[in-house]
Amino acid sequence: MDLTELAADILDQARQQGATAGDVVIASGESFAAGIRLGKVEKIQNSQEQRMGLRLFADQSSAITSTANFAQAALQAFVTETLDLAKATATDEFSGLPDQSDLAQDVPDLDLSDTSAPLTLEEKLARAQEAEEAAFAHDSRITNSEGAEFANAARETVYANSLGFCGGYHTTSFSLSVVPVASQDGGMQRDYWYSSQRKLKALEAAKVIGQKAAERTVRRLGAKQVRTQEAPVVFEPEMAASLLRHLANAISGSALYRKTSFLLDKIGEKVAADGLFVEDHARLPSALGSKPFDGEGLPTRQNVIVEDGVLTSYLLDTYSARKLGLQSTGNASRSFADTPAASTTNFFLRPGTTPPKDIIQSVRSGLYVTELSGFGVNPVTGDYSRGAVGLWIEDGEIAYPVEEITIAGNLLDMFKNIEVIGNDLERRSPVSAPTVKISRMTIAGT
Amino acid sequence: MKNSPADSRSQFFNQYDLTNRQLEQVLETAVERRADYADIYFESRTAEALFLEEGLVKKASRSVSQGAGVRVLAGDKTGYAHSDEITLETLQVAARTARAIAQDTTQTQVVPLDSTPSQRDLYPLATPPIAAPLQDKIQLLQQIDEEARAYDSRITNVLASVAVEQKNVLILSSDGGVAADIRPLLRLQVTCIAEDGTTRQQGSYGGGGRVEFDFVYDDARWKTFTQEAARQAILGLEAVDAPAGSLSVVLGSGWPGILLHEAIGHGLEGDFNRKKVSAFSDRLGQRVASELCTVVDDGTLPNRRGSLNCDDEGTPTGRTVLIENGTLTSYLQDRLNAKLMHMQPTGNGRRESFAHMPMPRMTNTFMLPGESTPEDIIRSVQNGLYAVSFGGGQVDITSGKFVFSASEAYLIENGKVTRPVKGATLIGNGPDVLTRISMVGNDLKLDAGIGTCGKEGQSVPVGVGLPTIRVDGLTVGGTQA
Repeated sequence: MDLTELAADILDQARQQGATAGDVVIASGESFAAGIRLGKVEKIQNSQEQRMGLRLFADQSSAITSTANFAQAALQAFVTETLDLAKATATDEFSGLPDQSDLAQDVPDLDLSDTSAPLTLEEKLARAQEAEEAAFAHDSRITNSEGAEFANAARETVYANSLGFCGGYHTTSFSLSVVPVASQDGGMQRDYWYSSQRKLKALEAAKVIGQKAAERTVRRLGAKQVRTQEAPVVFEPEMAASLLRHLANAISGSALYRKTSFLLDKIGEKVAADGLFVEDHARLPSALGSKPFDGEGLPTRQNVIVEDGVLTSYLLDTYSARKLGLQSTGNASRSFADTPAASTTNFFLRPGTTPPKDIIQSVRSGLYVTELSGFGVNPVTGDYSRGAVGLWIEDGEIAYPVEEITIAGNLLDMFKNIEVIGNDLERRSPVSAPTVKISRMTIAGT
Repeated sequence: MKNSPADSRSQFFNQYDLTNRQLEQVLETAVERRADYADIYFESRTAEALFLEEGLVKKASRSVSQGAGVRVLAGDKTGYAHSDEITLETLQVAARTARAIAQDTTQTQVVPLDSTPSQRDLYPLATPPIAAPLQDKIQLLQQIDEEARAYDSRITNVLASVAVEQKNVLILSSDGGVAADIRPLLRLQVTCIAEDGTTRQQGSYGGGGRVEFDFVYDDARWKTFTQEAARQAILGLEAVDAPAGSLSVVLGSGWPGILLHEAIGHGLEGDFNRKKVSAFSDRLGQRVASELCTVVDDGTLPNRRGSLNCDDEGTPTGRTVLIENGTLTSYLQDRLNAKLMHMQPTGNGRRESFAHMPMPRMTNTFMLPGESTPEDIIRSVQNGLYAVSFGGGQVDITSGKFVFSASEAYLIENGKVTRPVKGATLIGNGPDVLTRISMVGNDLKLDAGIGTCGKEGQSVPVGVGLPTIRVDGLTVGGTQA
């Protein structure tokens, strides 16, 4: 089925039924996952999916609907229902499509789709099997497994609006992960490692994923609590990325106009340590967070968010930008059943120059965090309190594993107290960061 | 519009022009390669949501989906394929894809699909909430906005939403099983933003269930939810830093039951125990809680958010006693894990949608009441924390460590509840936290109906409940060391 034609058809029907404006996103794709556990096939999952999200305006009232039923008769009723729903909502002077002059003029090829020959089922299973085997082979204390999984997906996305924009692109994704379980002296621990990429050839080797997962798991064996204290906290890259996600939520348009952000009205102000730079770059070739145009048809771009510790840009879509009296930053993201909202593309903390080893060596007594859990972050105040797992650092050396503790502070203080930034940035996921050290947080234990 | 769950079958058959015989043929294809079992899960879902902010209902959404999945079980292997296009041909393709895992077990005969789905209905509604007029929902949200702003002049913004859905499911299995369910769901959520000079805070509350839209007007619930959200936002303005360290904690009744969900519920799910990766593996019959504790998972409570007539494999839901007077008595099972562990399914095989495989999940999980009064429990604590409202929680089922985050809590000083403290995460160890429960209240309460549980990327509605309890030596993650 030609998604572009379908998009044009739907907008045409909407116009005929009286919609004053509208936009539509259509995606169609296939995904696959195969799991191995203890060397044997555990599951195979295959899915075929198509979905459409339609937003229609009746002057400045609007509604958004989604369906998977693309039959002609069903679509006609779908348009009618959407329009009826739109007419029921209140007029909102800020609502509407972007200005026509701001729409993307071209759709750059960001190389987001793998065109190499597909792997066979046997080859996919073999990769998962190799990852799990490597974990078991790495350390005899790996005694069990929650399994290894290979997954891949391919999708075509088309977006069109009644201002005449119509664009589409293809993406592929591949991932391999393994979750080993280690035991010793009656205690059990699990951890994991993974790789996720748009191109198959960029995927980390199965053996390396297995070994890394095993290392991460066995180092947790024998973990204990520490006493309650204030101490420096080093975040490994995956955990430092979680801090960036809190930052991204706080500078997204809806959190700002709703005043539910601890970074409200902080543009131009110091919000982080000197030497700290954060950017959102939507056009990195083959990157997981890249897209050629945003969820409203605006060109995507590179936005510097924090420059030398000063907040320089929010993440905005058209609606939140209008509410705030600003311009969209091209960060609209569109899900099928919800209005466009600003979100990150490839969002990362620029690396510093210090090797992570030196960061650990700089700590006399403190925590190296390898896992965080729970939802103890208040977006309005920035108050932060989460469960943590990690390694205790004594005199610059990893001493022993710790668990059943929390780390707490306030995000604004935490970003200002980032004392060192590592040189180890890897773009393993759309939001990424190198190792960071926060000079002081409250650790609660015994 | 009144439908019994049994009607779901004829609706699917008529809509997609399918017959019993054709679907038996799909199941025959699925088990052809010597599989143990196969099933077909049909689902159609309509969801609608209205949102209010800045005094206006300016956002409305509606989502319609349908699809079917074919599952094949062979030993401990699962094959699953699904499509959002439902035709005999796509079902046959799915059956052939799913059976790729099966090779070498016993031959299975498909039993004719001639049974009739159970007539039990735990949520028979005259008018499901999806059918309530849009204007009524819009009016409700506007009333909420007015009520919240009238509560206190420091309430500066109100976000409220009413979300309704109707999900019809039909499950046909190779052992001749036919089960169907029609599942209505309503959820009302209110968030208030309070501002006092430079300090801002938010408070949230909500409720719902498998109920008619009028639920929100019965006992003026909408008003209670709104006032609760506003009260919590205002209270937050004056909260002091939370303590850090190991403390005696009194958990209030109701939603703090999330403790049970995280500390023991997930760890008792059959899949983790069959694989022996849970901190509770091989511990049936052992003491895991103080003898004051009896904990159940009950999917049969009428109209509750976590209740189901049958689970997503067609097994009728039930009441499972997980812990009886401190002793571990049962796991939560789906069909696959029950069979592999030589146990009975408990009606806990659930999935988010047709795009997901079922696995053991909780329904409504709560602790039975004890003898103490809530007042006596608080009075018994010299210095500690009284936590009455929570955000989400999470657990590492292998190490047993769990967290849950208090959003409304107070200091207990000399047996009295004193100052409110800022939100803080509480952390503990699942296998021993319940052994440190020294008092259980006589005031069991279930939550108001807003819980959603996530596991391996799948979200399902659940309920929790708790009487007031005292737990000694729980680590509180505040900033005041």
